[in-house]
This record gives sequence, structure tokens and C-alpha cells, in this order.
Amino acid sequence: MSNPPVLEFRGVTKRFGTLTANDDVSLTLQQGEVLALLGENGAGKTTLMNILFGHYQADEGDILVDGEVLPSGSTQAAINAGIGMVHQHFTLADNLTVLENITLGTESLWSWRQDQANSRKKLAAMISDYGLVVDPDAMVSELSVGERQRVEILKALYRDARILILDEPTAVLTPQESERLFATLKSITAKGLAIIFISHKLHEILAVSNRIAVLRRGAIVGTLETATSRREQLAELMVGRTVTRPKLSAIKPGDLVLEINDVSTGGTGATELKEIDLTLHQHEIVGIAGVAGNGQGTLADILSGLRSDFSGTIELNGQMLAAGNPRAIVASGVGRIPEDRHARGVVANMDIWENLISEDLRSDEICRAGFIIDGAGARVRAEKQIEDFDVRCKGPDAETRLLSGGNMQKLILARALSNTPSFILANQPVRGLDEGAIAYVQEQLLEARKRGAAILLISEDLDELMTLTDRIAVMSHGMLSSALPTGERSIAEIGLMMAGHGDQGGAKPGSLADGH
Amino acid sequence: MSDFIDILLTAGFWAATIRIVSPLIFGTLGELICERAGVLNLGIEGIMTVGAMSGWMWVYQGGDLWTGVLFAACMGAVFGLLHAVFTVHLGLSQHVTGIGITLFASSLSYFVYRMLLPDATTPPKIVPFQPIAVPWLSDLPIIGEALFTQSALTYLALLVVPMVWYVLFRTPVGLAVRMSGENPVAVEAQGINVLAVRTGAVMVGSAFMAVGGAFITMSWFDAFYFGMINGRGWICVALVIFASWRPGRALLGALLFAGLEAIQVRAQQSAGAFIPYQFFLMLPYVMSILAMIVMARKTKYPQALLVPFRRGERV
Repeated sequence: MSNPPVLEFRGVTKRFGTLTANDDVSLTLQQGEVLALLGENGAGKTTLMNILFGHYQADEGDILVDGEVLPSGSTQAAINAGIGMVHQHFTLADNLTVLENITLGTESLWSWRQDQANSRKKLAAMISDYGLVVDPDAMVSELSVGERQRVEILKALYRDARILILDEPTAVLTPQESERLFATLKSITAKGLAIIFISHKLHEILAVSNRIAVLRRGAIVGTLETATSRREQLAELMVGRTVTRPKLSAIKPGDLVLEINDVSTGGTGATELKEIDLTLHQHEIVGIAGVAGNGQGTLADILSGLRSDFSGTIELNGQMLAAGNPRAIVASGVGRIPEDRHARGVVANMDIWENLISEDLRSDEICRAGFIIDGAGARVRAEKQIEDFDVRCKGPDAETRLLSGGNMQKLILARALSNTPSFILANQPVRGLDEGAIAYVQEQLLEARKRGAAILLISEDLDELMTLTDRIAVMSHGMLSSALPTGERSIAEIGLMMAGHGDQGGAKPGSLADGH
Repeated sequence: MSDFIDILLTAGFWAATIRIVSPLIFGTLGELICERAGVLNLGIEGIMTVGAMSGWMWVYQGGDLWTGVLFAACMGAVFGLLHAVFTVHLGLSQHVTGIGITLFASSLSYFVYRMLLPDATTPPKIVPFQPIAVPWLSDLPIIGEALFTQSALTYLALLVVPMVWYVLFRTPVGLAVRMSGENPVAVEAQGINVLAVRTGAVMVGSAFMAVGGAFITMSWFDAFYFGMINGRGWICVALVIFASWRPGRALLGALLFAGLEAIQVRAQQSAGAFIPYQFFLMLPYVMSILAMIVMARKTKYPQALLVPFRRGERV
């Protein structure tokens, strides 16, 4: 271990206003190793990498590549120093080809032609060397998410990167695609490159890395050898205390609550529903697994009342669902936890009490004479909800946008669960939250289940689904498999079905046969 | 009906079409370059006015025609820079800035014209670009007069279409421009300065617009009148959408509009007795709206058009 590091962070500090995103971070990276950067959402992992790649400028500290200080705030300098970054949100242009995306910036801007023959040759060699198969002439918009990620990796390798940064690379992949990525990473490090692998998923980090640096609230709280680390130890380092996620207790399902029968939205796109059937009972959490963009959003929109252009029937407690009428749907006992807190969950620039009453403006508590809002009454109710759901804020009149992700989600839970809905639609309810908040949200869902609610949990996190649901159905390309009791299908089987490989045999067109 | 066919068969109609299309080609290509880089430039109407005034004034003050065109292009680039400072560097609304540039640029043009020529009652004239007959080709029937007896600036307009196409789609700088209009973060991540690319594109595009304006006072007519751009800039903005941001289709759309314009002038003369002339004036615009509806429905617009890019901002 006496080799000089290829990359070294020395006391890097970055502040956004009053928030210290990175606090005196010092790290080293050796040639040929995979260093995992572990931390919760908001711990400062991405900020640190953005400083390395020149997107941000550090307020204090230096970054050294091969012992030389990297000029800060220059992406060009980072690329020239051999740093390549695969961003969490891909930086690709959809309407351009793979080759164009990769070669941008590799030739002098003032040359009169692009040397396509040469770049094709170089790219073809890299594709076969690393097994990163992708068609150079395909439009990026036609590629799957896994393929897009390969393009991002090729982009970095094409520029002769020696240090590769991968920011949450598995967030959008199926388990099989992740396995394939890990194999690719092995072949990359075998050629002498060093990799920084950012994730908050412990099992992945234990599987791919040589060393692990744990980041909490912007500071490094520990650097460990992977071989001697234990999962529990890492979890505690990352969160700062022991947090146990709640577990499902056995309850017998009750009456039928929701019945989705043969629902289609027409069209052949991946997000269009195709003959979907699903039933939910009291005391039951049913999970929908799937890669984002396979129709989960469409189903959620229909159940929330945002879409009514579908065929088939949906019955809630024996009544037809008031499709396309969100207010009636909420009134009939549906609690909605939307996928995107900021875009759909709350109006960030309005006050907390306003957001809390926004789903039932006409209830007697807060509405006088049918159209005047009783501000005092609404605030009294808001204060109670804030207390019940432990929303950490200055009070009902605080601005909603100032809340942390976890507290914003608690506010949404307060609004959705206060009037004891019989059916709860929870779309990615813990995405982007820290461990404490995740445990809280999951406890609330289990509490609602105990009370007798039926819950539809849409998630991309298979571990979450495995521990929190009674049954799991898999969605792929707008088709939904049968919902089998959790544990009957392995994670590998579910992964295959997520990738659309489940529909063999004589299944009726438009349905996913079970993958075994 | 037979009148209509007669119109289509005259060389004069085709010659007029090619003349009318020239400023539209410059303007549309200029707007196309800006929008490909992700910046809507509604300053076009005013920048064309600036080009019309400054190019003409250069020649009137004793300069020669080609340096006049160059001067107009530079003035256009200056206003392009102004637009870029507000929309690219400060990230302000592209709509509001563009309309502001149009109001400012056209008013300034009129003001400068009046300042320099306070006593002119009838607009003074210059000697404009003269038609150049291409030997042999200009003797062809109909096409000969229409295509090969035009001024040098018109030939330039037709030449510039494949040039812009080549630069945008076959050179590294063109790729950088298009990528800036699709995903500026991707450009940044490849180590290219998005702000510089966008600023450059807007300046070059604005120079094209100004040359389009200069064509009107230096090749088509020989004097500068108030209001002579007369909405041509807005037509160019529509033509860019019609063209799905492709230079070849931009030429096609501009030809279509120019042809309609040439027809309506002639139709006014033949049918003006029983149909009010305003109806004919309206026709090209109605037709372009209809064409837009048909052509632009499934168009793929640049994904980052109208989206300002701010470096180092927390996302």
C-alpha cells in the first residue's frame, strides 16, 4: 500500500449558504481499486464528486491527481487529468446518436470535419474490450436505461479516463443489469483504472468495493477495508445510530377493498397499461416491483384521479372508482402518497397549514358557509397533525419549501392518513429519505395496515418490497404479473420479470406469466 | 383558375419568388442557429431592421456594397451579443428579452436614420446590388430568368443553406451547438463551455438575420423605409418550427411562403376588382398557419430550447 495515490482529497469543504455540504473531507484512491462512497441521501456524496469533476468549486481544500493539484471549477481540467464521471442523471442528448454523444468535445471545435471513421474504430474497440454493447448509430432516445448507462461509461473511457466516478449507478437498473455492471467494473479495474462507486445500498457496496469511505452530514466518519466490514457496522456508521426498519407482522386479510379488472390505457408504449388485474384486501400491503417508466406512474395517476382515459373497471369498496375526479376519490376513502413530493405532493411556496388542508377544503372544520376558509380552525387542525406525525417545523405558518425531505413526506402522510382512508396508494414513499424517516414512513404504513387499510406500495427497491409487503406483483412494459405471496418468487426471478423476460409459454397476450 | 395557371407560368412570378425568399432564408437560418443552441431569439424583427438600416446607411455614406453587408452583419452580431448577455449569461426570459431587443433595435434604427438624415422628405436612394446573369444558364426558359438572373446576395442566400447544414451536422462545432440545445449539462460534462457556445451561436445567428434585413434595402429595394421589415422576422420564427429545425426544410418552407406572397401580389391585380385586396394580403399568412398545423405537429424540438443553463447551480 505504499504506492502513491492516484487521487487525493485534502480538506475539501463546500458550503451552500448556511448548509455545509462537505466538511473537511480527506480521501485517497489507489490505482486499480474500487472505493465505495457510502452515505445517506443528502450526506454530500454527489456534491463531493461534483467538486472533483469541476461542476462546483470547493470553498476550501485541494484535490490532487497523481500528486498534482487539480485546478478547481474546470470540467475540462478534470477530463484532461483523466477523470470520468457517470452522472446519476445521465448527461446525454436524447435526439442525438450514441456516437455524437460520445465524440462531443473530443475533437477541436474548429476543425472542418468530424473524423467519424477514426472515432468509430476507437469506439468499436472499446465496446469489445469492455463488453459494453451498444449501437453507435442508435438515437439515445431509443435506448434502454441500462444501455444509456453503458454510453455514459463509454463516454468516460473514450476520453481515456483513469479514474471513473459512478454516482448511484444501480438506482435505475434491474438486479441482472446491476450484476452485469459489476462485471464490467471488474474488467475496468483489471486494466488499472480506479473507480469511485457512490451508493447508499450496503449489499452492493460490499459486493463491488475494495475499500469503503462512509460520509455522514458532509464529513467522513470512517474508512474501512471491505473484507473486514460488516453490514450492521456500516449501517450504523452511515446513519449515526442503530435504526431498525419495521417488520411485517402476520395479519389475516379482510374484505375486498380494491378490485382492478382488465384495465388498459390503449397504445403500445411502455407506460401504457395493458389488461391489468389486481385485488387488494383489508390488512394487506401489495407491492408493485418494476423499473421506473413501465406503467407504474400511469396506474398511480389513474388511482389518484389524474387520468380517466382507460378501459376496464376499478371498484373501491364495491363502488366504481370516481375516475378522473381527484376530490371524489379522496372523499371515497383513498389516501395518496405521490411519487414526486416536490412536484405533486406539496405546493412548496405555500404554508404548511395550507398544504395540509388542500385535500379537503370543504370539510366543516375548516370551511364556513361553503366557501370561506376558517384560518383559525385550519391552523388548530394543522397543529394537531404536525404533532401526530412528528413534522419538525416552526409551526403551521412555516413555509413548506423549508422542510427537509423527510419532514415533507411526514406532512404528506399527515394529510393522506389523518382521515383513515380504506385504500392507500404509496408511490415510492421512501425515495430519497434518510434511514430515520424511512423507518417512520414504513411504520405509519404498517400502522394503517393494522387498522384495516389496503395499501398499494409501488417501489423500485426490492429489499423494501420483500420486507414490507404481503404480496408482490411485477410490472414490465405496462403489463402486470399476478400478485404472489411475498417470498414465493426470489429476487432474481423478480428481476428477470422486471426486465420483461417473464412472459414465456402460452400466456394470453398482454399479460406477464410468472417467471417459474 | 386559368389566371392562376398563367401566373405560375410566368418567369416574373418565379423571379419574384426567389427575390422574396432571400431575406427569409437568411432570417430563418439565423433563427435556426440560435434555437439549435437552445436560445429563442425574438429579437429577429428588430435585428433585421438594424441590418436593413445599417447596411443601407453604410452604402449611402459612401461605403461599397459588400462592406455594407459585412457592417450589417457586425451590427446584427452586436445585438445578438446583447440578447446573449441577458438570456444566456443572466438566464432571463428569452421571450421578454427578445421582444425587448426587437423594440429597442427597430426604434434605434429609426432614430439613427432620422439623426443622420434629418432633412430627407422622400427616402434617398442608393445603387443596389445589380442582377448578375449567369452565362448560358440564364438563357433557359423561365428558370433562367428566375434562378440565374439574380443579385449576388440571392446567390449567397442559396449557397448558405448547404453551408449551414454542413457546419451544424458535419463539424465538431456544429455538434456542440446542437448538443447545447439538447442537453447543456452534457456539453458541460464534456468540458465545453456552454455559455460560450450559446453566445457564439446567437451572435452568428443574429448576423444572418441582419444580412437578411440588409438584403431588403440593398438588393430588393434601394431605400430604407420605416416598417419595411413588416413582420418578416416573425415569419422566420414560424418557418423554423415548420422546418423542424432543419436547414433544408427551412429553404423549402421559405420558398413556399415566398411563392404564396408572389402569387397574392399577382392575384390582386387580376382578381382585385371583385375580391378586396386585403384578402390576398392575408393569404400567405393563413396558408403558413395551415402548413404549420400539418407539418409541425410531430416535430422534435430542441429539448433545452428556452431552458437557461447556470453553471455550478445546485440541482
